[in-house]
Amino acid sequence: MLNKINSNFSDPLVDNNPITRQVLGICSALAVTVKVEQAIVMTFAVTFVLVFSNFFIALLRKFIPAKVRIIVQLTVIASLVVITDEVLRAFMFNVSKQLSVFVGLIITNCIIMGRAEAFAMKNDYKQSIYDGLGNSFGYGSILIIVSIFRELLGSGSLLSYQIIPLSLYMENGGFYVNNGLMLLAPGAFIILGLIIWLQRSITNFKEE
Amino acid sequence: MQKKGINVLEHSNSYTFRFVIIITIVASFVLAFTSQFLKSKQEANIEIDRKKNILECLGLNLKNYSNDKIVSVYDEKINFILTDINGKKYQDISESDLYVEENKSTGMLSYFINDREYLPLYYSKSPEAYILPISGKGLWSTLFGYIALEADLNTIKGITFYKHKETAGLGGEVEKKWFRDNFIGKKIFDINGNLISIKVVKGKAKDVLSENKWMHAVDGISGATITSNGVSSFLKNDLIRYSKFLNNN
Repeated sequence: MLNKINSNFSDPLVDNNPITRQVLGICSALAVTVKVEQAIVMTFAVTFVLVFSNFFIALLRKFIPAKVRIIVQLTVIASLVVITDEVLRAFMFNVSKQLSVFVGLIITNCIIMGRAEAFAMKNDYKQSIYDGLGNSFGYGSILIIVSIFRELLGSGSLLSYQIIPLSLYMENGGFYVNNGLMLLAPGAFIILGLIIWLQRSITNFKEE
Repeated sequence: MQKKGINVLEHSNSYTFRFVIIITIVASFVLAFTSQFLKSKQEANIEIDRKKNILECLGLNLKNYSNDKIVSVYDEKINFILTDINGKKYQDISESDLYVEENKSTGMLSYFINDREYLPLYYSKSPEAYILPISGKGLWSTLFGYIALEADLNTIKGITFYKHKETAGLGGEVEKKWFRDNFIGKKIFDINGNLISIKVVKGKAKDVLSENKWMHAVDGISGATITSNGVSSFLKNDLIRYSKFLNNN
C-alpha cells in the first residue's frame, strides 16, 4: 500500500513527468515562465485545480454516467479554475494581471483532463490526491526550472531581485546584454528541449 | 472495450439528465457564492490599480509600493479637476458624484451629473502634469487608460493602459513598457496649434514617415494592427473632447 502511494506520487515527479515525458501542458509552460514568480503562482494554481479535480472526480466516479463523463469532468475542472481565478484576483491582483488569460486556460491544460480521465475515473480518492500532487509538482518543477533560466538570462534577475550586477550592463559601461530571446516563447522552447534531452538521456527513455 | 474500474453499466437517460442537472446546479451555486464573497475585495483591488496607473503614467516607479502606500501617494499628489466640453472648470464636485457610461460601439466613456455631461481629469503638482482618461475599442475589447501631458498641455509625459482584454503577446503589448515609452516626449499639437494627436503606425515610425511627422507618431505593434489603429483613433477622439480645455490653459 505504502509503495503504491509513493509511486503514484513520485512517478510523475521525474520518470513519468507530464511535461518532459508525456509532453503535455506545453502551452502554459511556454507562456508563464518569463518570471519565476509567475511560474510559482501558476504551479500553485494548477496544484489546487488538479488535486481537487482528481479528488472530486474520484469521489463521483461510480455515479458519473459513462456517456457524459467528459462533460462532467470539464464542469468540475472549469468550476475549480474559475474559483482559482477569482481568488487570485481578490488576493494576488498584480500576479493575476500578469498571468491574465493563462489562469483561465488551465481548463484546457491536458494534464488535468488527462489525469481525470486516465487516473481519477479508475482509482479511489486517496490515490487520486497523491496522483494529483505528484503530477502538479512534476509539472511545476519543470515550470520553475525553465523560468529560473529565462528570468536569469532574459532579465538578469530572480524573483525580481537583480542578480547580475547592474554595473556590468552595456548601458552602464559594461559588456553584458540581456538575452531578449529568453523573454519570448522560442527561448522557452529551447530550454524545455534541453531539459527533455537531459532527462531522457539520464533515464534512457526512448519514444516508442 | 471494458475499462478496469470504470462504471460500465449503461445508465438510463433519465439518470443521466438528473445527474447532469444536479452537477450544474451545485457548480453554479458554488461559483455564484465565490463571486459574491470576493467581489468587494476585487473591486478594491481594481480601484487601487487604477490609482497606481494614474501615478505610473507620471513616470513614477511604484514597483515595490504596498497598496496603502499607493493610496497615500495618490491622495498626496493627485487632484481631481472637473471641466466640460467648453473647457469651463467646476469646483466642489467630487469624483464619486459622476455617473459613468460606456458607449457600447466606440468604448468612449461619458460622465454625467443629473444628465449634464462633464469631463474629468487629474492634476499633479510634482511632477507637474495633467492626466486625462482615455478609452476605446481595440480588437476584442475596450481599452482603458490614462495619458499624462506636461504643463504645456502638449508634450506627452506618459501613457498607461490598466484594463483591456486584447490578445496577450499581440494587442496586449500596449501595456508593456517599450510601447508606452514610445509616447514619452511626443507632441499632440503641431507648430500651428492644430490638434494632431498621436498615430500608432504600422512598423517603425522613423522608417515609414517623413521626419516632420515623427513628433506625432509612435511605433506600432506587429501582429496587432487593429489594436494599434484603435489606440490611434480613440486617443484622438478623447483628446478632441478636451481640446477646449487644452487650448484655454
